[in-house]
Amino acid sequence: MTDEGQDWDEGSPERLYVITRGRSGRSEGAALDLVTLIVSRSEPQPEMQPEHAAILRLCRFPLSVAELSAYLGLPFSVVTVLLGDLLAEDRVQARAPVLLAQLPDVALIEAVIHGLQRL
Amino acid sequence: MDFRGSDPAAPAGPRSEDVLPSSATAAVKIVIVGGFGVGKTTLVGAVSEIRPLTTEETMTHAGVGVDDTAGVERKTATTVAMDFGRISINDELVLYLFGTPGQQRFWFLWNGLFDGALGAVVLVDTRRLEVSFDVIGRLEERGVAFVVAVNAFPGAPRHPLQEVRAALDLPDHVPIVACDARRRDSGRDVLMTLMRHLYTLAMTPEPTTLERL
Repeated sequence: MTDEGQDWDEGSPERLYVITRGRSGRSEGAALDLVTLIVSRSEPQPEMQPEHAAILRLCRFPLSVAELSAYLGLPFSVVTVLLGDLLAEDRVQARAPVLLAQLPDVALIEAVIHGLQRL
Repeated sequence: MDFRGSDPAAPAGPRSEDVLPSSATAAVKIVIVGGFGVGKTTLVGAVSEIRPLTTEETMTHAGVGVDDTAGVERKTATTVAMDFGRISINDELVLYLFGTPGQQRFWFLWNGLFDGALGAVVLVDTRRLEVSFDVIGRLEERGVAFVVAVNAFPGAPRHPLQEVRAALDLPDHVPIVACDARRRDSGRDVLMTLMRHLYTLAMTPEPTTLERL
């Protein structure tokens, strides 16, 4: 993180590279899905990287990785790198999505059907 | 909107009424696949409890012969946006709906997206069937359970569903329904069709193993 004052585009690869300190998200961190629910375990600290602090603020209640990506305006792969940092420090909890081997089980299907019927 | 170059003003966070309860412990997802302008976001928005949000993924194209891992990589990035919505099923379970473009050049998005997904809805515009044809082939290859929904655009010629089924070479056991993606009840019926199809598959032991091999 040496470059400063550079006038770069918000979504540029260079900016994202700096936020993740060059990590791609493909090898690091936990296996996170778009619908893994994230919940903060601690409050943001002033010395934190702003993106880390923002995640802790947003996740006081459960929020999916997809929603985090949307609210932070960062690609999914970048958010997974940032979450990997917070998970390693035990600052957030990841509630894994329901794992489906091949087909979802009947109880889960019935629960979704009941939920949709109330829509 | 499937494609864009710059960030719109993203909301700072969920509105208070959009916050999930602390009891939410697990989430599932359904993927809506279709070509540009077929109504994916409209369908997501019609049934979602939150205003559709956008997540994006960047696809980096390394320059030919360039693989500079030492410094800032000189790559061009294509940003592909996926709109999504959410339906709380009960206090613990949340359903997310993702709209994703069907064209082959976006299939790189599908890996993480379809992992663990309940299934897919192929949203079809009868004026452009080719995209759907490729999508259906790809879903069958991946073993993803899906249903087909034909979005009835105002003014578009109406085709009997049997004709669309034949044109798409759709297997008999795959449900096909007509819908109006703008209407919540119609969108819900499409999702229910998928869930009932999944139910049937779950109740049928080893339904299509041989077909998939």
